[in-house]
Amino acid sequence: MSTILDIEKIRSQFPTLHKTVNGKPLIYFDNGATSQTPQCVIDRLKTYYEDENSNIHRGVHTLSQEATAAYEDSRRKLQEYLNASREEEVLFTKGTTDAINLVANGFSRSILKSGDEILISSMEHHSNIVPWQMACDYTGAILRVIPINDEGEILFEEYQKLLSTKTKLVAITHVSNTLGTINPIKEMIHAAHQINIPVLIDGAQSIPHMKVDVQELDCEFYAFSGHKMFGPTGIGVLYGKYEWLEQLPPYQGGGDMIKNVSFERTTYNDLPHKFEAGTPNIAGGIGLGAAVDYLNTLDWKNIQIHENLLLDYATEHINNIDGIQIIGQAQRKAGVLSFVHQKAHHYDLGTLLDQLGVAVRTGHHCTEPLMHRFNVTGTTRASFALYNTKEEIDIFIDALKRALKMLL
Amino acid sequence: MGNRNVEEELIEDFDLFDDWADKYEYLISLGKDLPSMNEEKKIEDNIVKGCQSQVWLTAEAKDGNVFFEADSDAIITKGIIALLVKVFNGQPAGDIVNNNLSFIDQIGLKDHLSPNRSNGLVAMIKKMKAYALVLNKA
Ligand SMILES: Cc1ncc(COP(=O)(O)O)c(C=O)c1O
Repeated sequence: MSTILDIEKIRSQFPTLHKTVNGKPLIYFDNGATSQTPQCVIDRLKTYYEDENSNIHRGVHTLSQEATAAYEDSRRKLQEYLNASREEEVLFTKGTTDAINLVANGFSRSILKSGDEILISSMEHHSNIVPWQMACDYTGAILRVIPINDEGEILFEEYQKLLSTKTKLVAITHVSNTLGTINPIKEMIHAAHQINIPVLIDGAQSIPHMKVDVQELDCEFYAFSGHKMFGPTGIGVLYGKYEWLEQLPPYQGGGDMIKNVSFERTTYNDLPHKFEAGTPNIAGGIGLGAAVDYLNTLDWKNIQIHENLLLDYATEHINNIDGIQIIGQAQRKAGVLSFVHQKAHHYDLGTLLDQLGVAVRTGHHCTEPLMHRFNVTGTTRASFALYNTKEEIDIFIDALKRALKMLL
Repeated sequence: MGNRNVEEELIEDFDLFDDWADKYEYLISLGKDLPSMNEEKKIEDNIVKGCQSQVWLTAEAKDGNVFFEADSDAIITKGIIALLVKVFNGQPAGDIVNNNLSFIDQIGLKDHLSPNRSNGLVAMIKKMKAYALVLNKA
């Protein structure tokens, strides 16, 4: 399986992957939380601070102009990468959470009325639940939840039944961070558009695993985080269709987002600056551009084959262990393997796996309602990235067996 | 101060093990040996907040000394709380409140029991001391 990609070459670009923890070579299976960073991104951040550090959009001096050019260049790279039709449709945010809050805030203040409905699914991350609850509290709108089946797949017919003229937005995750389910978002967007309902996609978990084309999807909003796609932390993107971003009021007030300010009246800047108040994460934005450059060097077709093989291989071996149940058995999955054991608690497993050099995530994964749906308090989650290998899965499975032996 | 004998015994016990796995196995066995709590005591008021696993804790005073009962759904966590119960049980409330628990550093699990690990250790100690304070006043 490793013949389709030169994994050694890919791994050699990620310094953290060569660390040891607790005296053992690190096996990093917490990519769903944060991915590791390739040298080219680290170098780009370093160059920014060594060579270009200055404020953007404001200075007439050379350094400021160079930094502005680099930052805006990143925006164009993202536009191209997402196939957005205009660069003004790419807003820099702190991350997915910030991007969703931006939209929720705008909807609260300009669109939602008492009795309107927002539609989300049972498998949303807290950051695609709580901002909508806040919007509902503020406006009297109602949050409706699309149910899922025991495999962790959206019940499409139920979704269609929930769509109505009261629905003002559908906000749904592309890939579930807990179950790994890839949702049929294209069909869901299409169904919503039949009655002119806009759709926001939480792309935090999809961007690292697949190429996304926002025009092909035709979604109104697409949100994601840099730190899950081999980029820096504290930076992310909200893609929004131009006419929608035009229509929404600004999120935060301050410098950069204005045209003119007087005490009587302020006029707002054009897109994208209207939504980018204050000095942004300049280094992060430029570093995210470097991450896009990195993604552009990859052979996506083979990466998907490689990742699917990893997931199948891990699933098969986990299934052979007594007492383990996989949570999330959708037909189409990406990157995530969540499981519970009849007797061993996820906290115990995570603690012992860490001692054995394997980093996994344990707990509710910021999806508490989903935990209730499956009647568990938490799971152990291994989440893979393109640089993981079958050999690492072998070590993980052995470590898991050893941990279980210690615990039971 | 505090239950020096028990603390020293624990330090000696853990000293017998060189590697982390043996230390953890010992901690796990302490967890398994700690009697389970009655289901009706596992109520919201007795939950220790701030742990990834569920931890329940109750306390009562007998002749001026405090006795704890504790449980957890995770066995390592239960081992950690068993350590604390061993050290604190039967002690006067004042001693419990003032114990700085330096033995934790000496059993060679310092890294494992560090407050950053979200193991709830800090929350457990806080709740035990809070119970002791209340019982002391009562
Ligand atoms: C599906 C999903 N949505 C949203 C988020 C929030 O991302 P961030 O914390 O980068 O804002 C995450 C991250 O864990 C996620 O997995």
